[in-house]
This record gives sequence, structure tokens and C-alpha cells, in this order.
Amino acid sequence: MDQFLQHLLNAVMLGGTYALLGIGLTLIFGIMHVVNFAHGELYAFGAYTVYLVAAALGLNFFLALIVAVIAGALLGSLIEIALLRPMRGADIDTVMLVMIGAWIVMQNTELLVWGGVAKAIVTPFPETPLVIGPVSISWVRVFVLAAALLLIAGSYLLIHRTKLGKAMRATFQDADTAALMGVNIKGIFTATFAIGSALAAAAGALLGPVFLVTPTMGDLASLKAFAIVILGGLGNITGATIGGFILAFVEEIGAGYISSGYRDAMGFLIIIVVLLFKPTGLFARAERVG
Amino acid sequence: MTRALPAFWLVFLLSIPLWLQDQYLLHILIITGIFIIAAMSLNLLLGYTGQLSLGHVAFFGIGAYASALTTLGFDIELFGFRVVHHTWPALVGLLVGMIVAGLSGYVIGRLSFKVRGAYFVIVSISFAEVTRLVALNWVELTQGPLALTNIPPYTLGFPGLGDYTLWNKTAYYYLVLALGLIAYVVISRLVGSRIGRAMIALKENETLASAVGIDVTRYLVLAAVVSAAMAGGAGSLYAHYLKIIDPDIFLFIYTVTMVIMVITGGKGTLAGPIVGGVIFGFLPVILRPFAAPAVQWILYGGLMIAIVFLLPQGIVPAIQRWITTRKPAGALLAGSSDPREGR
Repeated sequence: MDQFLQHLLNAVMLGGTYALLGIGLTLIFGIMHVVNFAHGELYAFGAYTVYLVAAALGLNFFLALIVAVIAGALLGSLIEIALLRPMRGADIDTVMLVMIGAWIVMQNTELLVWGGVAKAIVTPFPETPLVIGPVSISWVRVFVLAAALLLIAGSYLLIHRTKLGKAMRATFQDADTAALMGVNIKGIFTATFAIGSALAAAAGALLGPVFLVTPTMGDLASLKAFAIVILGGLGNITGATIGGFILAFVEEIGAGYISSGYRDAMGFLIIIVVLLFKPTGLFARAERVG
Repeated sequence: MTRALPAFWLVFLLSIPLWLQDQYLLHILIITGIFIIAAMSLNLLLGYTGQLSLGHVAFFGIGAYASALTTLGFDIELFGFRVVHHTWPALVGLLVGMIVAGLSGYVIGRLSFKVRGAYFVIVSISFAEVTRLVALNWVELTQGPLALTNIPPYTLGFPGLGDYTLWNKTAYYYLVLALGLIAYVVISRLVGSRIGRAMIALKENETLASAVGIDVTRYLVLAAVVSAAMAGGAGSLYAHYLKIIDPDIFLFIYTVTMVIMVITGGKGTLAGPIVGGVIFGFLPVILRPFAAPAVQWILYGGLMIAIVFLLPQGIVPAIQRWITTRKPAGALLAGSSDPREGR
């Protein structure tokens, strides 16, 4: 039972960042209909930015996190303007190929700049874990969960309480009508991709110090994000949030009780089970973002 | 002239080992040939049914492992039962590799073609990741990261002439060429047939295709099975040629290599994967002295984006269009040529 509680706690810690990844991807798919294969690369980009600012330049760790999120948003808008804007109206598969190309370029640029050796990020948190009864948790992970929950809440507020969010929801429902009503569709697309990218970069920036930073870390992040999005229903933000926690839970239980070697296969199993029984995702497809 | 061209190419390809003394280049040609077969199989799905299989390397790797294990034999414990398999000839391995890969193509197709599109892409790519994890973790069967070694080469039996084992590169080159030609003929016959027309119809307009009575899922699954079996055959060729395979065979970069070959050459054309395959088979050889692997990959990724932007149909259709617009008399010539030419 104690072991189960520990797994549960680990899953909750991990689930917050998975949810960030999933929300970013589902926003981009829901609003722009882009299958973003570069999503995991923005995750890796966030982690490397933290490494650059905190470890290589020796600046404050929390400053590094903020820099990573902003840099992720900037890189995202750059990708959107340079690659996706000219592709508007192209079919989904063609855009997918462009994003795969972007993925390859980004991953190998990381490899070229940082080398293939994994990097570790040292955090200012104490080494001794926080012990609550039978379970223990490192302070970094407590912080990661808190920051992730804060960002999830921020995304909800952004989408439901701001004018930008309203315009995004309108674009999700019907891009043409929204354009007729005076919504700047081009701007919304850039903003959507920037926000989705910033969330992915935030997830990488938060998990980078927990795990190691490698050039290929984005591959699994992309696959997991896809699993989360399929689980929650394409374009469904609440679904992606819950999906992130479910994936983390299944992974923890699978790694703990079945085999740790197959931890990363759990996402695939989830995809298969969802496609078999409920292809639209566990949470019925939302007619609107949110 | 249109009939002389394939004959010319065939004679040229057959003659290569006679004048090419460089064993390294011959090696590159063999590997390129194997990847061209894999790219042709991918093209059947991507080019003719419009379904992008981003886990194609899974079928390639499954074929390689199934073929190698059939040939090497294994002794494992499965759910409490001891399963022992003794060594079989390598050619049986090729057959088993194709069958196992085809079966996995069937399962993946059945699972994901209900929803298609982005789902199939994601299911196939996740499937490749899982097969890699299985190859890595099922040490008892696959030796895990230690790799399967000493995979024997194929032995061809000629009635009345005895056996011939393919030890050298020249013999292997001819085998790859022969199987490549068979794969080419199979695909060209398939896409020229009623089945192929049905596949193209679904790609062009699925609603209309199903309205006129084409069973969408059935044809897509059929394409997936043929494509996967062919990729599995290519994987078997790869395993028995290199004589060693490890879980890295499932790496995503191999799928990307196949996708880039098809996209660059021209998806949905018979010659596309071959043209793209030759370009990307030899580009690493040309670039190697100047560029590190990471730089090469950056170039490939950039090239992929550039092709989608500038030549969305790929090189082969672009050349065809260039030829027809350059010769106003082309209409006359085109009228006499096989309409399937170069598709």
C-alpha cells in the first residue's frame, strides 16, 4: 500500500507537466488543425534554455524558467510565421511533413550545439526529500507540480477570461465566421502556436532538472503528448489536462508493477485501448475550446 | 523510345558490378537498394492511399528480427511454456519475416483505419517505438542491446546445380536488384489494377469512393498488409546482409529516411521512391567529407521543408511536367505511350 501511495504521488508530480504538454498540443490541433511533430522539440528547447541560463551562464534558476517560457513562445511564433502561415489552406498531411522537417532540423541543431552527452541541471532546492508518513518526495518535484498547476490555471484563465481567449474559442468553432466577425485569424494562429509552444517549453524547463537533458528527449515527449491528446479527445483542453494525469498514472503503475523497461510503451497502449473502444477520446469531443 | 528506356536501365543496373571495382560503393548500392524497396512499400501507402505510415521502420525491423530469429533459432520461456525453435534456412526466414511483418500491418491497419489520418500516423509511430522497446527489453529472445549476431547469409538452391551461398557483395547486389524488380512489378501491377484504382479513388475523394461502393477500410488494410510485408522483406535483406541487427534498427531516423526518399522523388509515382532513394542513398557518401551527421540531418530536414514548399509533388512529376511543356509535339508522343508510364 505504501508503495502504491508512492507511485500515486510520483504520478501526480509527473502528471502536471504532462498536462502542460497535452494542453499545448491540443490547442494547436484544435484551433489550427496542425499535427505538430515539433512539439517535443519545443519541450527539449525549454530544457536546454534552462540549462544554458542556469548551468552554463550561472544565472538564477527561476529566471532561467521564465526565460525558457518566453523563448519558447518566441520560437513558436517564429515557426508559425515562417513555416505555417504560408502553408495555410494546404492539407493536413502536407503541413505534417513540414513539421516533421522542422522536428529533424531542431533536434539535430540541439545535437550539434550541445553534443550527445546528457546534461544535468542543478537546482537551488535542498537535496533531502520531503517525507510525509510513508512516502517521500524531492523538493524539486513539489516545485514542479506547483508551477505546472499554476500554468494550467493560467491557461484556463487565458482561454476563458480574456479577449484573446474568446477570439481563440471563436476561431476554434468556425474560423471563417470568426474572421467575418472581425477576428484577426492570422494573429490568433500565431498566438495559439506561441502559447502552445510556450507550454511545451515550460514542461521541458520543469522536467529538465528532474531528469537529464538530451537532444532526443523531445521524441518521447511528442509521442506522450499525442497519447494525451488522443486520450482526451482532439482539441479538448479539459480532456488533455485529465489525460496528462492518467498517462502519468498508467506509466507509474506500469513501471512499478509490470516492468520499468516498458514505461514508455504505456502511452501506446493507452492509444490502442482508446482507439478500440472510444476513438473520439474519453471525454466526448467538445464543441468549443475549454 | 519509351520501351527502350526501361531496357537500357535494366542493362545498366545489371552491368554495374562488372565495371564497379570499389567495394565500398557496391556496399552503398546494396544498402540503397534495400532502402529503395522499403521506400517503395511506404509509397504504396503514402502515395496511393494517402496514409502516412510514420512507423514504417517497425515493419522493416520486425521483418529483420523475425527473419534472423527464424534462421538462428531461439529458446525462450513464454507464459511458463518453453518454446524452442531450431535453425531454419535463411530463405525461409525471408518468407517468415514478410509474413510476420504483413500480419502486424494487418493489426495496425485494423486498429487505426477506423479513424485514419492523424490517428494512423500517431498509432504507427507509437507502434515503432513499442517494437523498439520490445527488441531492447525482451533480452531472452532478441539479446537486447547485445544485438543478434552471426546471422547467416541466404543460400539459394538450384535444382541439379547445387546450392549457392551469397557470401560476396556482387551476388548480394543481384539478389537485391532481383527482389527490387519484383517489388516494383508487384506495385505497378497492383496500382494499375482495380484495387489500385480503388485506392487512388479513396485518396482523391473518400466520401465519393465509399458512395460508389468501395469498402474503404478493406482496401486500406490490404494496402497496409502488402506494404508491411514488403518492408519486412527489405528488413530481412538488411539483416542477412549486415549479419548483425540491434534495436537501433527501429530508430525513427530510418522511417524519416524512407519518407524523405518518397516525398523528394514524388509520392504516388512508381519512379519517385527510386529517384529519391538514389539521391538520399548517395548524398551521405558525398556529404560525409564535409559535414558531420548532425549537419547532414539538418540539411535533410531543411530539404524536406523546401521540397514541400517548392516541389510539393516531388522531382519525378516536376520533370514530367517540364518535358511535356518543353515539347509542344509532346502531345503526339504522349498519345502513343503507355498512360501508366512513370506513374
